[in-house]
Amino acid sequence: MTFENEHLLPGQVGHFFVLLAFVASIVSAIAYFTASKTQLENEKQSWIRFGRGAFFIEVFSLLAVFACIFYICSQHYFEYLYAYKHASKELESRYLLACIWEGQEGSFLLWALWHCGLGTVLIFTSKKREAPIMSIVNTAQFFLVLMILGLYLFNVKIGSSPFVLTRNELMGPIFSQPDYLTYIKDGIGLNPLLRNYWMVIHPPILFLGFASTIVPIAFAYSSLISKDWGGWVKAALPWTLFSACVLGTGIMMGGKWAYESLSFGGYWAWDPVENAAFVPWLILVAGLHCMAIFNSTKNALRASYFFIILTYLFILYSTFLTRTGILGDTSVHSFTEAGTAMNILIGIYVLAISIPVFYLFFKNYKSIPTIQKEEDMSSREFWMFIGALILFLSALFIISITSLPVYNKIFGTNLADPADREFAYNKVLVLVAVIVGLLTGVSQFLKYRNTPKKYLMQKIGWPLGIAVAGTILLAIFYPIDYTKKGPGFLLAIHLALFASVFSVLANGYYLKSVLKWNLKAGGAAIAHLGFALMISGMLIASGNRKVISDNSKTGLFIPFDKDPTGRGTENPMENLTLLKEVPTQMGKYTVTYMNDSASNEKDRTFYNLHFQKIDSTTGKVQEDFVLSPDAYRMKDNNLTSNPGTKHYLTHDIFTYISTISVHNTQTDTATFKPHELSIGDSVFYSKGYYVLNNILKNPDNERFHFSPTDTALVANITVYGQDGTSHKAYPALIIHNQEINFIDDTVFAQNLYLNFAGISANKKFKINSKETDKLTDFITLKAYYFPYINLVWLGLVIMSTGFVVSLVGRLRAEKMWAYIIVGMVLVFLFYMFLLANN
Amino acid sequence: MKTSSIIILVVIAAAIGALLMYSVDFSTYDTIGSAKQKQGEYVHLIAKLDKSKPIQYDALKDPNYLSFYAVDSLGNSTQVIYRNTKPAELEQSERVVLKGKMEGNVFECNDILLKCPSKYKDDKQQLEKTVSKY
Repeated sequence: MTFENEHLLPGQVGHFFVLLAFVASIVSAIAYFTASKTQLENEKQSWIRFGRGAFFIEVFSLLAVFACIFYICSQHYFEYLYAYKHASKELESRYLLACIWEGQEGSFLLWALWHCGLGTVLIFTSKKREAPIMSIVNTAQFFLVLMILGLYLFNVKIGSSPFVLTRNELMGPIFSQPDYLTYIKDGIGLNPLLRNYWMVIHPPILFLGFASTIVPIAFAYSSLISKDWGGWVKAALPWTLFSACVLGTGIMMGGKWAYESLSFGGYWAWDPVENAAFVPWLILVAGLHCMAIFNSTKNALRASYFFIILTYLFILYSTFLTRTGILGDTSVHSFTEAGTAMNILIGIYVLAISIPVFYLFFKNYKSIPTIQKEEDMSSREFWMFIGALILFLSALFIISITSLPVYNKIFGTNLADPADREFAYNKVLVLVAVIVGLLTGVSQFLKYRNTPKKYLMQKIGWPLGIAVAGTILLAIFYPIDYTKKGPGFLLAIHLALFASVFSVLANGYYLKSVLKWNLKAGGAAIAHLGFALMISGMLIASGNRKVISDNSKTGLFIPFDKDPTGRGTENPMENLTLLKEVPTQMGKYTVTYMNDSASNEKDRTFYNLHFQKIDSTTGKVQEDFVLSPDAYRMKDNNLTSNPGTKHYLTHDIFTYISTISVHNTQTDTATFKPHELSIGDSVFYSKGYYVLNNILKNPDNERFHFSPTDTALVANITVYGQDGTSHKAYPALIIHNQEINFIDDTVFAQNLYLNFAGISANKKFKINSKETDKLTDFITLKAYYFPYINLVWLGLVIMSTGFVVSLVGRLRAEKMWAYIIVGMVLVFLFYMFLLANN
Repeated sequence: MKTSSIIILVVIAAAIGALLMYSVDFSTYDTIGSAKQKQGEYVHLIAKLDKSKPIQYDALKDPNYLSFYAVDSLGNSTQVIYRNTKPAELEQSERVVLKGKMEGNVFECNDILLKCPSKYKDDKQQLEKTVSKY
């Protein structure tokens, strides 16, 4: 049977380039590996040239594969399963890229493309290390392309191709018809949860972070096989800085996304998927510090190797956790299971690169030089090393809890997350924050090898004093009242707050007094300052987060359904129901759910909430704003909500919809009563009367925005209730394409529906009204108060900028370029984290 | 730093780590039957929504009260009370992970994780169901 209207060419082209890229990656890996083993210079060079050629073919092929997927998705060729699953016609074109990396295959491709970019830079910059480094990069490419290969080998499917056809993959009656494509009207499309600009920017940055961790391990490998023990560190340092910066930024972009548009109620939830990316970052930063120690003192070389190799192992382990479906019961947002063969493939990839490099490391462990002399307790390197160990141990702690599902799989146990998962992590990491804060504050003033005591005391005296005074003042005037975990934890929070405030001050003081504002030498101090600021922000924002929609405090809560066990619950009543147009007290605010407004996107509705804060003594309005949280309501009842947030410099008011009322029009038995009115006429109904004020043609008011070219008539009606209230109503009729559409209006507070039916023969206006005893529209929402959340984002921006300052310093970039790069990064991050969407 | 001192540090750290791990009281995955034996203990239940019994939720009366019945693969059933809003996809869910405590014959639930077909469009069966409707 031949099928009609299929476009098979782009898929065939794409599949061809996948195969070509696969072969090229093998050829390039082998050529580079041979080159790295060859001693003869001539032969080596010809192997390298061969490897380069194959690598560039691979780069071209992968770009072509990407172009094919992009084309298929943008043209909505639903004969391809990938387009059918991830694209849809109603999806705005800015989400096209997002649909590509929504799926497993697309995200592997994204990762491979970053390797292409990094590999190209490495070919031109890594000089004598090119061969071993590129053999590692190509080995990784081999595995990544394998994941999207989709070939059958001995009846086992190797990888999953993005170019498979819908009719071959799915069973269904329509596929037995040649014109099946006419039945597939639209694709499934991007998950509404992911319809956000962060979905466009966050995955590429995060995957660049993942991909770039291959560079330090490739450098380490190059030194291990050439037995040039320490030489790699200096060359790999800028790459390690780059990786730490991009990965850290990528992770926090995820946090910002979660905060801004997902309804987790925060920026970090210790979800396994978050942890899986955070752990390699911690180890990478530990490795970065060891490399810096080695660079200055020749200490800590073995530790540098160890941490850098381990970073890569954990990057791939995180891939394993998030992509094999093993986290299914513990995480809210991991990928789904992709089949056993795929899982085994991912498992092999996890071990394929890091384990051989580890083997080389342990085999040569004794030959890697160390310094026998004990470090001085007053030296910078001693405390930096302690800091690195602390980061490493924190990483181990986090990953050992996160790996629970893996233990269950291996040992057949049935362990599950502790009752309060966040607290299980927080109670340990708050102590880590204390130590890290103190270390990052003090160690700037320490000198390598040893530090005179007097110098140190003199330098840290001021920041220490101010931090002590500042924390005490803070504890008195702006106390953190996170009392639900007891006084011990509260004390730990205050200690951590003190340590991070101290670190902010100490690093700032270091920039002023030691570096004399020579910022280009101060990358480390800037990064530490940013990190400490971020931690202080987190402690305050999370410690003093308040639930505003607390039902138990508003007095509105009617305990209708008594708890059958008769006991109270430790959960606060965080959800509050708002009736349409009925003002409700919520914390300090009077909140009114005013109306809904539709969006361009199918199924998406914005709910406009009017917040007012009135001073109780003077009666003056202190705050007045409208928040519009929104929700997608799908046909199958699926509700996906996005928060509406009011941003102030010092705090955010954060709301999101948790339930909305379901309209059930069938059970509404009330019928419209017809009336014919002239301007100024009034009609009585059971609870008052309403007046037709006038008829507006194409109005542009608070309700409608018509342009003069439209044909619309709107009745301007005022409803006067017996209770003394008055409401505006605007039922309308619109003529569009020779069809009349009626837009009814409802005064929910009066249960009154109004319809503008047209003009009668005697030039009167036909207004129909109906009263219904059906309960009115409502929404249930949660609202939080997040104080000083901007400190978290500002801290992150400063930290990342610090990394970039160090990076351009290491690259010895020309002054002008250095300023331009740092400036651009700073502006980009500042815009993304603090201005966009605020 | 000497190798020996590193080893000592690591051993101390490992000991602290072990203590900390010990202090994390992991919960367990249970069936409804075994959870009933562990009254008041925090457990994870893997179960299904019992569609034959009523779901009680009225956001107008109390948005923080949801009651439904769950049944596990062994056929045991329990009432579940969740003091929060009703997850919109509860009725569509194929499987639920319930976190909470058994109190008498009622499961006091703190958190619900739904396994829904609609979220998992990678699931082939679900796609085929969708395709068959065309």
